[in-house]
Amino acid sequence: MSGALDNAVVLHDVTLAYDGHPAVHHLSGEFARGSLTAIVGPNGSGKSTLMKGMVGLLRPANGVVKAAGLGGSKIAYLPQHAEIETRFPISVIQIVLLGHWRRIGWGRPVSRALREGAQRALAAVSLEGFEQWPVETLSAGQLQRVLFARLIVQDAELILLDEPLAGVDECTSEHLLGLIVSWHREGRTVAAVLHDLDQVRAYFPETLLLARERVAWGPTREVLMPQNLRRARRMSEAWSGEAEHRRPVSAARPATPTPHPNPLPAPALTLPRSPGREGWGQSEEREGPA
Amino acid sequence: MTLYDLAFGPFAEFGFMRRALVGCLALALGSGPIGTFLVIRRMSLMGDALSHAVLPGAALGFMIGGLSLPAMSLGGVAAGLAVAFLSGLVTRLTPLREDASFAAFYLISLALGVLLVSTHGNNVDLLHLLFGSILAIDNAALVLIGAIATLSLLSLAVIYRPLVVECFDPGFLRAMDGRGGLVHTLFLALVVLNLVAGFQALGTLMAVGLMMLPAAAARFWVRQLWSLSAVSSALGFGSGFLGLLLSYHLDLPSGPSIVLVAGLAYFASVLFGPRDSLRALYSGAGSRRREAA
Repeated sequence: MSGALDNAVVLHDVTLAYDGHPAVHHLSGEFARGSLTAIVGPNGSGKSTLMKGMVGLLRPANGVVKAAGLGGSKIAYLPQHAEIETRFPISVIQIVLLGHWRRIGWGRPVSRALREGAQRALAAVSLEGFEQWPVETLSAGQLQRVLFARLIVQDAELILLDEPLAGVDECTSEHLLGLIVSWHREGRTVAAVLHDLDQVRAYFPETLLLARERVAWGPTREVLMPQNLRRARRMSEAWSGEAEHRRPVSAARPATPTPHPNPLPAPALTLPRSPGREGWGQSEEREGPA
Repeated sequence: MTLYDLAFGPFAEFGFMRRALVGCLALALGSGPIGTFLVIRRMSLMGDALSHAVLPGAALGFMIGGLSLPAMSLGGVAAGLAVAFLSGLVTRLTPLREDASFAAFYLISLALGVLLVSTHGNNVDLLHLLFGSILAIDNAALVLIGAIATLSLLSLAVIYRPLVVECFDPGFLRAMDGRGGLVHTLFLALVVLNLVAGFQALGTLMAVGLMMLPAAAARFWVRQLWSLSAVSSALGFGSGFLGLLLSYHLDLPSGPSIVLVAGLAYFASVLFGPRDSLRALYSGAGSRRREAA
C-alpha cells in the first residue's frame, strides 16, 4: 500500500439517487486506509446504493466520492446476490481466473503463474479439487466461496462487499468472515454491508450506521448503541410505508418514500431475522418499542 | 428413383440448389454460435424481435431497388440496427424492461414492413420477403452470406471472453471493464447481420429459426460452449440440407421447410437427447447423473 494518503475513500456531502428518488442524503465521512468497516442499517437505508456510488456504478447526484490514490483497478466489488447466470457453462477455475481481468483483458493469454494464483485462491476458500466443476452444480455457499476466491485473485486495495453472507450457511459464514479479517490484516481497506449485528460486533472494528443519512460512524461499540439503533429505526419508519421485511425483494432499490408516517406500531416491525442471532428486529425488541 | 437421386440429384443437377446448400452451410456456421449465446443469455425472443425488425428496411430497399440484394440487405441491416439501438435507448432511459421495448419496436416494424410491401409490391413479393426463396440465392447473395459468416466468426473470436463474462456475470464486467456495453452492442449487431444473411433463403419471418432451433436443440446433447456452438451449426446445416430437399421435391417455400426440419430436430432432441431430455430424465439415467453432480 502506498501510505501516501490516510484515507482510502472520502465522501463529501454525497447524495445518491435511484430513478430520481434520493437513497443516500448528504453523506460525509471517510474510510481510513486499511480500515475494516461494517455498513449496517434498516432495509432501504441506502447501503447498497452507497456501495454502487463508491464503486462508480452510480454517479452522485450531489457531492464527491473520492477514492484517493485508487485507480478503478484497485477496487474489488462483490454485489448483492451477484446477478450470476448459474446455468452458464463455465467452470469454477474459469470464474476464479476472471479475477485476473486487469491482466488478461479481452484477449491476453492466461499464464501458468496466473493459473497457479487462481488455484491458491481456491485452496484459501477450501475448494481445492473443484477446479473443473461446472457452476450449476455448486451450492449457494460454494458459489459465494468461489466469488471470494475471485476477490482474492483481484488483489485489490479496496474491497467492497454487499451482503456477502446472505444466504450462506453458518460454517461458510465463519469461513468468509475469517477471510475478510485476513484481508484487513494484510492492510487492505474493506467495507461490507451486513445484517447480523453479532457478527459486526465480533469482527468489525468500525461501523457506519446508515438510514439514508449518516446516523453514526466510528468504532463499532459506540455506533451500535441502543439510542443510535432506535434513531435509525425511527428514521426508517418515516420513509417506509409498510412493515419492514427482513428479506427485501431488492434492497438495492429502496422502497419509494411515502409522505405519511408508518401507521403500524413499532413492535409489529420487529420480526426476528434468524433465530438465535441478533439482527435488526431483535435488538429493537429487546430495547422496547421506540 | 433411387435414394441417391432423391438426396443428391437436385444438388447435382441445379446450380441454384448447390448455391442454396452452400448458403445454408455458411448460415449455419455463423448462426450456430450466435444462437447458442442468444439461448444462454435468455435472449431468444430478442432474436425473434430483431428478425421481424429487419422487414421494413428490406421492404424499403425493395421499393427503391426492386428485388435487389444489396438494397434489401442494406435496408435490413439499417432497420435491424435501428431497432436494436432504439430499444436499448428506451430500456436505458425508462423503467421499461428490455424485452418489452424490443417487442414494441418489432411489432411496429413488422406492421410497417407489411404495409410498405403490400402497398408497393404484390403478394408474391410479400411472400418472398416473409418466407424467402431458394431461387433468390444467386452468386452475389452467396458472397454476402459467406462474408457475414466469416465476419461473425472473427468478431466472436475477438469478443469471446468479454461476451462470456457478460453472459455469466454482467455486473462483474461492468465493474471491471467499461466496455461491457460495447460488447452487448457488437453482439446485437452480429445478430442483425446474421438475420439479414438468413432472410434471403428463409425470409424475415423465418430467419431466426435457423438460429434458435438448433441452439435450443443442442442443449440436450452437449454442455460446453464450444460443443454447443458446433452441434448448433451441424444441426443447422443438416436442417438446411433436408429442408432444401423437401422444398424442391414437394414444391414448398424453402424457409418454412428448413425451419420445420430444424423444429423436428428440436423435438427429437427434447425427447431423446442424452442430456436432460424427457427420455434421460425418466429412464433413470438422468437422475443418476444428477445425483453424481
